[in-house]
Amino acid sequence: MAQDNVAAAAPAADNAAAPAESPANATAPAAEAAPVAKVAAPPRMKPTEGIGMPKPGEITLQEQFTSTGHTARWLHDKMLLPLITIISVFVLLLMLYVMVRYRRSANPVPSKTSHNTVIEVVWTLVPVLILLVIAIPSIGLLADQYKPAPKDALTVKVTGYQWYWGYEYPDNGIPEFVSNMLPEDKAKENGEPYLLAPDNRLVLPAGRPVKLIITGADVIHSFAVPSLWVKMDAVPGRLNEKSFTIEKPGVYYGQCSELCGARHGFMPIAIEALPPAQFDQWVRSQGGTLKGAAAEKTADAAPVTAEKKI
Amino acid sequence: MTTITADHHGDAHGHEAHDHHDADHKPAFFQRWFMSTNHKDIGTLYLIFAIVAGIIGGGISGLMRAELAHPGIQYLHLWAQWSDGPAATLDQAYHLWNVLITAHGLIMVFFMVMPAMIGGFGNWFVPIMIGAPDMAFPRMNNVSFWLLIPAFALLLGSTFVPGGTGNGAGTGWTVYAPLSTSGSAGPAVDMAILSLHIAGASSILGAINFITTILNMRAPGMTLHKMPLFVWSVLVTAFLLLLALPVLAAAITMLLTDRNFGTTFYDAAGGGDPELYQHLFWFFGHPEVYIMILPGFGIVSQIISTFSRKPVFGYLGMAYAMVAIGVVGFVVWAHHMFTTGMSVNVKMYFTAATMVIAVPTGIKIFSWIATIWGGSISFKTPMVWALGFIFLFTVGGVTGVVLANGGVDDVLHDTYYVVAHFHYVLSLGAVFGLFAGFYYWFPKMSGKMYNEFLGQLHFWVFFAGVNLLFFPMHFLGLSGMPRRYPDYPAAFEHWNWVATMGYMVMFAGMMVFFVNLIWSLAAGKKAEANPWGEGATTLEWTLTSPPPYHQFETLPVID
Repeated sequence: MAQDNVAAAAPAADNAAAPAESPANATAPAAEAAPVAKVAAPPRMKPTEGIGMPKPGEITLQEQFTSTGHTARWLHDKMLLPLITIISVFVLLLMLYVMVRYRRSANPVPSKTSHNTVIEVVWTLVPVLILLVIAIPSIGLLADQYKPAPKDALTVKVTGYQWYWGYEYPDNGIPEFVSNMLPEDKAKENGEPYLLAPDNRLVLPAGRPVKLIITGADVIHSFAVPSLWVKMDAVPGRLNEKSFTIEKPGVYYGQCSELCGARHGFMPIAIEALPPAQFDQWVRSQGGTLKGAAAEKTADAAPVTAEKKI
Repeated sequence: MTTITADHHGDAHGHEAHDHHDADHKPAFFQRWFMSTNHKDIGTLYLIFAIVAGIIGGGISGLMRAELAHPGIQYLHLWAQWSDGPAATLDQAYHLWNVLITAHGLIMVFFMVMPAMIGGFGNWFVPIMIGAPDMAFPRMNNVSFWLLIPAFALLLGSTFVPGGTGNGAGTGWTVYAPLSTSGSAGPAVDMAILSLHIAGASSILGAINFITTILNMRAPGMTLHKMPLFVWSVLVTAFLLLLALPVLAAAITMLLTDRNFGTTFYDAAGGGDPELYQHLFWFFGHPEVYIMILPGFGIVSQIISTFSRKPVFGYLGMAYAMVAIGVVGFVVWAHHMFTTGMSVNVKMYFTAATMVIAVPTGIKIFSWIATIWGGSISFKTPMVWALGFIFLFTVGGVTGVVLANGGVDDVLHDTYYVVAHFHYVLSLGAVFGLFAGFYYWFPKMSGKMYNEFLGQLHFWVFFAGVNLLFFPMHFLGLSGMPRRYPDYPAAFEHWNWVATMGYMVMFAGMMVFFVNLIWSLAAGKKAEANPWGEGATTLEWTLTSPPPYHQFETLPVID
């Protein structure tokens, strides 16, 4: 497993700016943080089949790993889907009934009724009530999604380019590295789904709040990860914010979701959510610094939790 | 323009300044078809145009479904060799994909559904249904049609000139900046924009014509509240066109100047904003979807009433539900932009406002069923298409309620769920409305009966095909497949393959349609004035089939 990290070590190497800076960064944090000279990156995490990615022949939403995701999935699965199914079936049954009951051979003489105020009021008011019932949790979900991130949330800047993603960690002093799609043979070699797997992943801590600042460099892209209920356009000249907490360590795949030119379909996203201690280890392996005392505390505990969580 | 003065309550004759005395005197071929001022001939031209455009647009969707049948790039690189030369790169092939989706969308919206619904059936039957001899501005009517030809030529021509990575405009039908400005060098996008300008001008002229005709040229006694619902639907649609299209024109004019003259309306670097384009586009774009479906509502109302032998249930509610849909349709546009990063209050408003549209739509669905209730139904081809419309539009409508929820849309936006939704309301809604109308009025327009067996066969094959084609797209979208992708992860293969099979079934259905069309025109039985019996109460059924070249030289009086 530990040998798998060839690719994970690549981010710094792939980046034009990073290689020059990494040695300097690697020594600087050593003085103030843990007494480590050179930290190895944690091994590249293997994705779990069917988690954080679509399943073959799937007919419903992907399993969710954020609290908004759970609420939203509940709203869809337990409320909207049954409701729209009932309405569609109700209309279908009504239609089948009238088609059979009032066919010409069964009902040669048509009635002349063309008004019924009571029923017209009913079929106006009942949909209004149904919509009100939907609106309450729906508006709640929106409020939930826009809850501002806590102060200690990890900020990562995500930039959409034609046709790859760039990730920068201003809190940790990790300069931007880019994430390109893995070619088919490489993806297969890694045991990752082709067209979903990039070379460098966006590495985030599981269980800690994260704040993504999303923007576009050239045209509009959209940063989307279905299993985290995240989709936010990357618009040139705008900084869009999306915050969430990933509940479990894992690999979560996504794809660009706004038409951005020729290779729109070929700039995938992968979030690798690491246990906090391993995330800190990853930060240091990239030559980054851990921010604040809180970070230092987890850094101390790193060896223990890292062993356990894997 | 003596026609303008020949308004309602006018004299029994004198609506045309020409010198013919015989109502059925037709001009020579070139004059008749190229310089037409006759609403029925212009309507026919529109219908022929829409069928041609539909074949091209539908053919493009066939190419797309073929490519998407399996993961991997199957044919795209081969097609790119035709469009971009033998040395076409893979990127040019991917660009060609974007050109295909763009062309499919623009053709189906601007050159198939709109010309057929409004230009075709609107022209043919609005004047007749209100008891008018022709449209208010017959020459402008001709201009409206002939503007479509250069518009369509520009759009088709754009695929042969550079548009960025490869040939053609690959911006999607929404033409979002900055992909359509800095992201697409070359004349292709300019040509596509110009095409939209001209098609838009055509529609604005048409809208002015319909509004004037309906408000000024109704026969004596034909009050607004007695107008057939199809006329109501075209009236509402014409107002939507008149108010929405100028906004599109403004939006794409700014695109043009951003592209060519160095302005920065949509460029943040110069103080502009790419989101501005989206707001303007969707301020047009959302009413546009009602422009496409409202005439279908009107057609279905006529047909349901005719074949149930009952007047439409809740006529006023039906008419004003369309007005309500039109009005509310103007204040919900940003639900197309839920993931652009708007503030929470804006998102809440657009969520709530969008859901409101379900109410008048529900009124229409239930009123149609109530019209059938107690009726004496015959299941002729137009009726089965109309019934299919009601059910499929319901299915498309309820997924609209799901998408209206801004929070839920965060995961469904720009996935195949959206593709499924708008094809259920358009490809299965508007198009079912078109076929219903076509079979309903075919005997009136051509004077020949269509073949009933082939009509029924067309319906059932097409119904099975489109459901097989579009229903699985809900599954793809829910599990996360984004739109506008030429290739997809292997997990999405199953439902994509099913969808492609659905396309083939639908294609077979369309073959039945064309066989029926050709056979009926060539050898169809002669149609009576009113082939549908006592249920058909609107004015077109009082005329011969086909109607005289000039009808209502003596205005009918409606009691």
